[in-house]
Amino acid sequence: MRNVIALPLLLCIGTAFAQEHTHHTMPAQAQAQDAHAALRQPAETETQSSAQPASLSASGYRPPTLTDADRAAAFPLLHSHHDHADPLLWMLQANRFEWTQADALAWSGNAWIGHDRGRLWLRSEGERTHGKTSARLEALWGKPVNAWWDVVAGVRHDSGHGPARDWLAVGVQGLAPYKFEVQATAYLGSGGRSLLHAEAEYEMLLTNKLMLQPRIEASFHGRDDRTRGIGAGLSETSAGLRLRYEIRREFAPYIGYAWAQKHGRTASLAEAAGGTANESGWVAGLRFWF
Amino acid sequence: MPAQHDPTRRRLLHGMALGGAAVALQPLWALASPGQPTVLAGTDVDLCIARTPVNITGKTVDAFTVNGSLPGPILRWREGDTVRIRVRNALAETSSIHWHGLLLPANMDGVPGMSFDGIAPGGDYLYQFKLKQSGTYWYHSHSSLQEQAGLLGPIIIDPIAPDPWACAHDYVVLLSDWTDLDPARLFARMKKRSDYDNTYKRTLGDFVRDARARGLRATLADRKAWGAMRMSPSDLADVNGHTYTYLANGHTAAQNWTGIFAPGERVRLRFINGAAMTFFDVRIPGLKLTVVAADGQPIQPVEIDEFRIAPAETYDVIVQPMDAVAYTVFAQAMDRSGYTRITLAPQIGMQAAIPMPDKRPLLTMDDMGHGGHAMDKAGEMTCGAAMGMPAMEGMAGMTHGSAMQTHPASETRNPDVDMQTMAPVPKLDDPGIGLRNNGRSVLRYADLRSLHAPADGREPSRTIELHLTGNMERFTWGFDGIRFGDAAPIRLKYGERMRLVLINDTMMEHPIHLHGLWSDLEDAHGQFLVRKHTVSIPPGSKRSIRVTADALGRWAFHCHMLLHMEGGMMREMRVEE
Repeated sequence: MRNVIALPLLLCIGTAFAQEHTHHTMPAQAQAQDAHAALRQPAETETQSSAQPASLSASGYRPPTLTDADRAAAFPLLHSHHDHADPLLWMLQANRFEWTQADALAWSGNAWIGHDRGRLWLRSEGERTHGKTSARLEALWGKPVNAWWDVVAGVRHDSGHGPARDWLAVGVQGLAPYKFEVQATAYLGSGGRSLLHAEAEYEMLLTNKLMLQPRIEASFHGRDDRTRGIGAGLSETSAGLRLRYEIRREFAPYIGYAWAQKHGRTASLAEAAGGTANESGWVAGLRFWF
Repeated sequence: MPAQHDPTRRRLLHGMALGGAAVALQPLWALASPGQPTVLAGTDVDLCIARTPVNITGKTVDAFTVNGSLPGPILRWREGDTVRIRVRNALAETSSIHWHGLLLPANMDGVPGMSFDGIAPGGDYLYQFKLKQSGTYWYHSHSSLQEQAGLLGPIIIDPIAPDPWACAHDYVVLLSDWTDLDPARLFARMKKRSDYDNTYKRTLGDFVRDARARGLRATLADRKAWGAMRMSPSDLADVNGHTYTYLANGHTAAQNWTGIFAPGERVRLRFINGAAMTFFDVRIPGLKLTVVAADGQPIQPVEIDEFRIAPAETYDVIVQPMDAVAYTVFAQAMDRSGYTRITLAPQIGMQAAIPMPDKRPLLTMDDMGHGGHAMDKAGEMTCGAAMGMPAMEGMAGMTHGSAMQTHPASETRNPDVDMQTMAPVPKLDDPGIGLRNNGRSVLRYADLRSLHAPADGREPSRTIELHLTGNMERFTWGFDGIRFGDAAPIRLKYGERMRLVLINDTMMEHPIHLHGLWSDLEDAHGQFLVRKHTVSIPPGSKRSIRVTADALGRWAFHCHMLLHMEGGMMREMRVEE
């Protein structure tokens, strides 16, 4: 093996020496001039293809005459297609995974699996406080409809805080102008229940690692669901401001402050149950994805 | 079989990793060109594709190598010869080698699914073709993302006639970008978080600075324009120095590959950009560069200080250092996030200062072809952003001056199209973003003039317009909004002369490579300029090439940004009788 490599190498060195020798017979200056003279040779006219007779005029160009061997070589029988990469990919991201001042563990995240043209989304949001968990879980099929927006449709299941509820869901998610991340979903449940939920968040770069993220969200219910403490109309709005530091893109601890406000009958129901219509407090958590 | 290669392979890679130190111990290498990859000359060549552990960043990972070296050996051939290359595949996956820029029968072109079935694991393939040309070219895998993992190498074809540019020294400078990441994971990362590497976005501090310097109104207008497009002007490279280690001849900047000269000698540098995703800006402080060939083809020599080289392009450059000092050949990434260098020196061990990378440029609306009309004081758009949306296709019908670009219907409401250029121009006399008015004389496409006119002087009989499209956020790519997997081949009739107009509807620059046939670049007036195999199309530009369909078969046509090709910016160009 070594000889195989060494032999051509030696040949090359030989050539290089020969060239060096030739050039050394010329003073460097002359050599430079020589090079520049060569630079200025006119460009026109030379026909390049050695296969073509030089006499052919421009308009009379004919490509090489084909043989059967050419034809066979051009279209070999193939058993495969060129791969186009639209691999099956997946991602899991926890946008919020935090401890609240009210001593709760709260989360909001999603996961997807699929290809460019369609992905199965799982979204979950919930809270565990004093040993009780309330959560919602959604399974949605998402399909891109234009450069920035996906349409999603699927099901949702709510648990905790009274009887469980199931919903059919349809919505949009994507990036609005000025880079607002937006999600809006309409839900239809049993017993004529309906719900509209929307949220938007934004990223303000203090530096390329330190980011301030304001977010707002709102829910409208079509009718009362007293056993779950929900009244018809605008039921709840919330807002948050979180300051995160991206140690890596995938891993960012944050601190923040969050507000939640119940409205209308929902607020009355909460107060009647001995609770409050609004809550606010500090949060600290992690945002991560992989 | 691969086991037999092992001892040589280890020794070789070890030597390369040690760089200059190892070279000094090996006078044989030092005489030829220190640390230069193995040169394989002769018409019969055996190549073996295999996994080889390499340590480039301080961590040992497997690379895909040819004959155990990264980059692969230099193949040095002679025009007119018929070469036979037996390529064995010792990988656990299908592989291939494509001879970039060579004219050859379609079944020798090395594109799985078009030219052949690929080389199965443990299998081999005999490539055999006649060399119809001379110059500097390269080879690389055309299977999935193997090129990113190191599967590439240089080709030098010496002319039959005495080489007018024969120099005392003749060095290949093969630039590449290396990552320890599995390329498939890199691709997946782009799909999940396409801005992963863009850590140069404008911040609140930048806003305050800009508002002070240019006024609040202009700064707001600028931020509004970019915000409306949902894009970032610092998005110059999808993958940059945060992920990549830039290499020259397989060496890092620190390892400093060195080429030897004696003062007064002419040195030919054969630059090949074998990077998967990186444009390099190359210069040698203290030396004028005479460019004598582009993409292997001789051009009228042009003297410059600096040139930009797109992935897959090659430039042959001659320098003549007169002093017995070292010179840095400096190659910085277009987005300035990193660089590599080699050194030219009278003796091993000498080195010159390494320049600081230039200031990082920002894209403007003008760069993206939106600046043709009303521009505000800040030199940036007022009408562009709003009109740059595919959904606004009705705008094309507006009376907005003759320059308004129309777009194929397939781009409308297409998830894979996130912008459209409004008034693209050829930009052949533009040095490119980050190189304008930098005080150096920078090579432009307008400076490239083939030494020989093409044999086919016919006026093209038809025009095919293709738009380069993509969605940065989703990281999907295509032509006319259609990705390769969904597209029908572009059919050419054997012998026809066709004009291909390429319009960039994205914010990235794309080097477009046509296999098997030459791309004859035209100037803004439709006159032949230069013969190339890879033509780079900056954002906001529209460039046209002529193609003579003089080779039968199925030819790949694609963006040579590897992840863009993989993401769908590819077509089959089928030449039939």
